[in-house]
Amino acid sequence: MIAVRTPRMTETAIHSIKLTVRDLNLHYGSKHALQDINLDIREHKVTALIGPSGCGKSTFLRTLNRMNDLIEGVKISGEVKMADRNIYAEGVDTVELRKQIGMIFQRSNPFPKSIYENVAYGPRIHGLSNKAEMDALVEKSLRQAALWEEVKDELGKNALALSGGQQQRLCIARALAVSPDVLLMDEPASALDPIATAKIEELIYELKNRYTIVIVTHNMQQAARVSDDTAFFYMGKLIEFDATERIFTSPKERQTEDYITGRFG
Amino acid sequence: MSAGKRSIFRALQGRLVLVIAGGSALFCIAMVFWILGTIIHGGISHLSWEFLTAAPSGGMTEGGIFPAIIGTFFLVIIMSLVGVPFGTVTALYMTEYASRTSLMVRVVRFAVNTLAGIPGIVFGLFGLGFFIQFMGGGLDRLFNGGQLHWGQPTLLWASLTMALLTLPVVIVSVEEALRTVPRDMREASLALGATKWQTIWKIVLPQSMGGILTGAILAVSRGAGEVAPILFTGAAYFLPDLPNELSDQFMELGYHLYIMATQSPDVEKTMGIQYATTLVLLLLTFTLNFSAIALRARLRRRRVPV
Amino acid sequence: MTEPNNPRPDFSKSGPPGSLSLRNRSGRSRRFWEGALEQGIRLVAIICVLIIFLIFVFVFKEAAPILTGKLQTTHAVVEDLGEMESYGEAPEETELHVELVQREAGEGEKLDLPHLAGPTWQPTSLTPRFGLLPLFVGTLKVTLVALLIAVPVGVMAALYTASFAPKWVKEIMKPTIEILAGIPSVVIGFFALVILASLLQSVFGTQYRLNALVGGLALSFAVIPIIYTVSEDALATIPRSLTEASLALGATRFETAWHVVLPAALPGVVAAALLGLGRAFGETMIVLMATGNAALLTPSLVEPVRTLSATIGAEMAEVVFGDTHYTVLFFIGTLLFLVSFALNALAEIFVRGFLLKRFRGMAS
Repeated sequence: MIAVRTPRMTETAIHSIKLTVRDLNLHYGSKHALQDINLDIREHKVTALIGPSGCGKSTFLRTLNRMNDLIEGVKISGEVKMADRNIYAEGVDTVELRKQIGMIFQRSNPFPKSIYENVAYGPRIHGLSNKAEMDALVEKSLRQAALWEEVKDELGKNALALSGGQQQRLCIARALAVSPDVLLMDEPASALDPIATAKIEELIYELKNRYTIVIVTHNMQQAARVSDDTAFFYMGKLIEFDATERIFTSPKERQTEDYITGRFG
Repeated sequence: MSAGKRSIFRALQGRLVLVIAGGSALFCIAMVFWILGTIIHGGISHLSWEFLTAAPSGGMTEGGIFPAIIGTFFLVIIMSLVGVPFGTVTALYMTEYASRTSLMVRVVRFAVNTLAGIPGIVFGLFGLGFFIQFMGGGLDRLFNGGQLHWGQPTLLWASLTMALLTLPVVIVSVEEALRTVPRDMREASLALGATKWQTIWKIVLPQSMGGILTGAILAVSRGAGEVAPILFTGAAYFLPDLPNELSDQFMELGYHLYIMATQSPDVEKTMGIQYATTLVLLLLTFTLNFSAIALRARLRRRRVPV
Repeated sequence: MTEPNNPRPDFSKSGPPGSLSLRNRSGRSRRFWEGALEQGIRLVAIICVLIIFLIFVFVFKEAAPILTGKLQTTHAVVEDLGEMESYGEAPEETELHVELVQREAGEGEKLDLPHLAGPTWQPTSLTPRFGLLPLFVGTLKVTLVALLIAVPVGVMAALYTASFAPKWVKEIMKPTIEILAGIPSVVIGFFALVILASLLQSVFGTQYRLNALVGGLALSFAVIPIIYTVSEDALATIPRSLTEASLALGATRFETAWHVVLPAALPGVVAAALLGLGRAFGETMIVLMATGNAALLTPSLVEPVRTLSATIGAEMAEVVFGDTHYTVLFFIGTLLFLVSFALNALAEIFVRGFLLKRFRGMAS
């Protein structure tokens, strides 16, 4: 018996499902960090993962591109399907997988290289060496990340000289340059000031036309503003998953209501 | 009354501990100043451009130390070319591939600690038994029809012996440098679909370059100051020519000093040469050490913010 | 919706549905190379471990004839060879010696344990004696002097920096010790030879300039940095709560340092002494230059001595490969290896097993 949670919305039929998570369990040492997670992530939509610190939302996000594989002592069971292929099946190449599912981290982490080299890093390791194509791709990625106008005259500048918000958008451009299908964002604006945050949110809204986005946030307003669907995690469990509107206006679970009304967390 | 006596006793006891402990610290500082002062004082007057660029003459009682400087240079260069890549790869294994708590890492760490504790003279014996007798002798039997060419003390075997001796220094420095590269950087690269090796080659190693350089410099400094391992693996008393092949013997600063101080035909006459040679050796190792310390301090400062 | 925004087909997300290329051919070859690289890197790490074994095996291998009793004596020839300054240029003669050796092998004398433990070290005389006792005693004397100086000085200096020293003194101490550690041992040996020896002779009026006392004092300079560094590390692991508890009970800073901090760090101090002992035991150049190198068997500290390590350093360049003398020198090397190995392991046990365990879980 699988209790599958899918947003009860009319659009469900129209938009196909991008990622299907079934019976996902994650153990970290003796800790059962994720318990029986089932949910569907819709294509070209923004799915927000919310919940108090330590509830497992970031851990869950990292299971979607198998970044948890890098951490010792993590055991994962269950399935995450993308286009009917379980990404945890034997023989799946995590390198190919991560090309298709990009990730933006909480702390912006540009490489200590030039702006250009940061964006070109991904395509280059995947074999693109033509200078003209690379230039075009760098420009396109920076444009998509709404950073082009600000940096087009100083592409050779060290990325670490950029402001925090610019660095984070550079990281987004860097992820876009390898043309992923899905973008995972782990509290991408938590370290930014309100203006930079607004820019990132605007960008997310733009990007969802082309990409499927999953975003972890503990800013409830942000979840309400940018997302289509919202999943509420608490103590390693998925408590409620529904269209964002419904979660924020008429949550079915008591814990969800307590959390979004600020009674805990 | 007795309380007063006791407090005086306590105060005296405290004074005594302080005097002994402070005196010990002072002793260390004084010794360093004494040694350095003596050598600088004794050597500086004899130090000249000619001394650095001329070969010994007059039956090693006159002239300079040029061949010894060159020999030392060759020794540490060949040593680094072998030891630094080897140590770097080992450090890579420890930080990037093996789990920090795995048996293999503990075994390698134990091996590195042990290697660091083995006396230099034992390395010399190993060089003689393994490199000269086993490797060199084997090469001669195989390719030279038993003619002695590699099966004797050479620059190559001395350098390899020294590379082993300095390996722990390299491994420890590089490991420290690799561990300072934030996990963020590795994750960012892997999340872009880079493989582990691509991540190491393009992100981790470039960011650890300073640490690797520090390790190399410290190893060179250590290698330039060690004499015991080369006593019978390649250093020569006096050679009319500079080494121009790996199978040649060579002169070396520390060995030269040892020879001049203990086996010179006229120790009194060459005292100036001895002091100046010591001074050159000290300047060389300290310059290397200080640049390593400065480099490391700069690297540490750089990674503090975030 | 999916626009052709990709410069290369590799990156394309288009394609027949369900054919997400989670596996592909280039992936397979790439994974092969990744795997090969990882194995190669692991191999290098394994070689690192093997080197330790190799060192032991090859040093021991040359010493093995002592245990198997298959020794070769060529002392008559050694006398000739001893005249030569550079033995590296004498390949043909070595060949010749080997023949001689084989002819003489039958009459090789027996080198048993009583002989090795004997009181005379005369390896190049016509009737060579390989008694290691004077070398052991010499090593013991020099090491003892060195540790008697270095342990108190190193430990107390570390205690001073850890517990009492004002900040500026701390800032001087660290580089000072680093400088001391960075002085090549041949330089310390030279200093002992030309300065310390004369000074001690004029102060104590000793008969010999170079003796165990001079060697031990010089050796202590090389040992102090190790003892200081390891002790300081040990003192730094003492939790602040422990010192504060003592101070709160009304103990003075000195009482706290002497009765609480130092005893608590004792395993670390013991480890420091063990590592210092290892260094002193194996150090070659200093003793080679400063002890006079006479294999005398006396209890006096002011007579020349010859240590185990210096014996190898001084004599190895002048022996014939494979000769008894050569074998005995390698036997000494094996002893040095084993002792330094054991001391290191023991020190590690003291630090890990006793010191760190003692304070595990305590807030520091």
